[in-house]
Amino acid sequence: MARVSASVYSSHTPAIGAALDLGKSTQDYWKPVFAGFDPSKAWLQQHTPDAIVLVYNDHATSFSLEMVPTFAIGTAERFEVADEGWGPRPVPPVFGHPELAAHIAQSVIQDDFDLTVVNRLDVDHGLTVPLSLMCGQPQAWPCPIIPFAVNVVLYPPPSGKRCYSLGKAIRKAIDSFDKNLNVQVWGTGGMSHQLQGPRAGLINTEWDNAFLDRLIADPEGLSAMPHIEYVREAGSEGIELVMWLIARGAMSDKAPKVVHRFYHVPASNTAVGHLILENQ
Amino acid sequence: MALDKPYTDVPGTIIFDTDMARQGYHLNQFCMSLMKAANRERFKANERAYLDEWPMTEEQKQAVLDRNYKRMLELGGNIYFVSKLGATSGHSFQHMAATMTGLSQDEYLQMMIKGGRSPEGNRYVGEEKKRG
Repeated sequence: MARVSASVYSSHTPAIGAALDLGKSTQDYWKPVFAGFDPSKAWLQQHTPDAIVLVYNDHATSFSLEMVPTFAIGTAERFEVADEGWGPRPVPPVFGHPELAAHIAQSVIQDDFDLTVVNRLDVDHGLTVPLSLMCGQPQAWPCPIIPFAVNVVLYPPPSGKRCYSLGKAIRKAIDSFDKNLNVQVWGTGGMSHQLQGPRAGLINTEWDNAFLDRLIADPEGLSAMPHIEYVREAGSEGIELVMWLIARGAMSDKAPKVVHRFYHVPASNTAVGHLILENQ
Repeated sequence: MALDKPYTDVPGTIIFDTDMARQGYHLNQFCMSLMKAANRERFKANERAYLDEWPMTEEQKQAVLDRNYKRMLELGGNIYFVSKLGATSGHSFQHMAATMTGLSQDEYLQMMIKGGRSPEGNRYVGEEKKRG
């Protein structure tokens, strides 16, 4: 049987990807961001899973306003790295796990989550930046990756509660997969940031750290937080953090082991948050 | 009965909800078209002519020509769509964000390095006044 062994949480700021791609990662501005992920790279090498379900959001890349799915799962064999207007990032293509993805889609939809199934999907910085932070600059990503896209661009995104419950449904789906696979679920985006309007640049360190505390110890309570609190306290784009609740919901109901925790301000406009939790 | 929009009293913030998305549909789809290199070239060669291919309002077109990102968002643009115009123009997210705040690029950069804009006094419209 397959099982979820761990979850990883990370911001996915595009400027982090650009810093790495342009060879700026050792500059004083960027050094602390990448240093915060050094233990994570070592951990992932020792705990490479058989597949990663990577929860992220598309940033008007593959989904324009022609079509805005709330939840979409990538079931293809391969996903290309998108050209977001600057040319594609120089990173490897993403190979999927069609068999597990199809199984998750079937199970989760039967559990009342109406997923959109996507077979043609170019992946943007939302998916590739966390991989770069966790893997560095490899020739190929270490395992198959199932992209799981959540709408957090067009308001309203799904509620925290809905995301947390979806995570549980994903866990149930993975538990019922017949092959013996070690699976990680990653949640990305956040933490506090606002990219627009006169309030741009908002950062709320105290709130972000309380969010991390509650994500570890009280995810159920945290999932009841209304959207407006994310917007008011963590900025209009801080609402991406609802995606972390999907990964957290996929974890066991027992308290997790906190392998690594990191927080840094700033990366461009954004507070960088990062956690690794293992099931025990 | 009107829908509850509890986010209208957040200062300096426009939430890209379905009403804004309806107003900004063509503006955003125009931005999206700039993800193709051939379209970027055509746009750069004659911005006005390219814009006239889209059923956008004159105000929206003018905001694009002026690279007035704040105005684009007020007229239904969304930052992730507008960022395609930013990329075409050599403007990063940080550059675009800074222009919307009234700070210079360097002032904005320094604000972020010092920990960003504090939420204190920035949660509710009129909060500063209320606190006297």
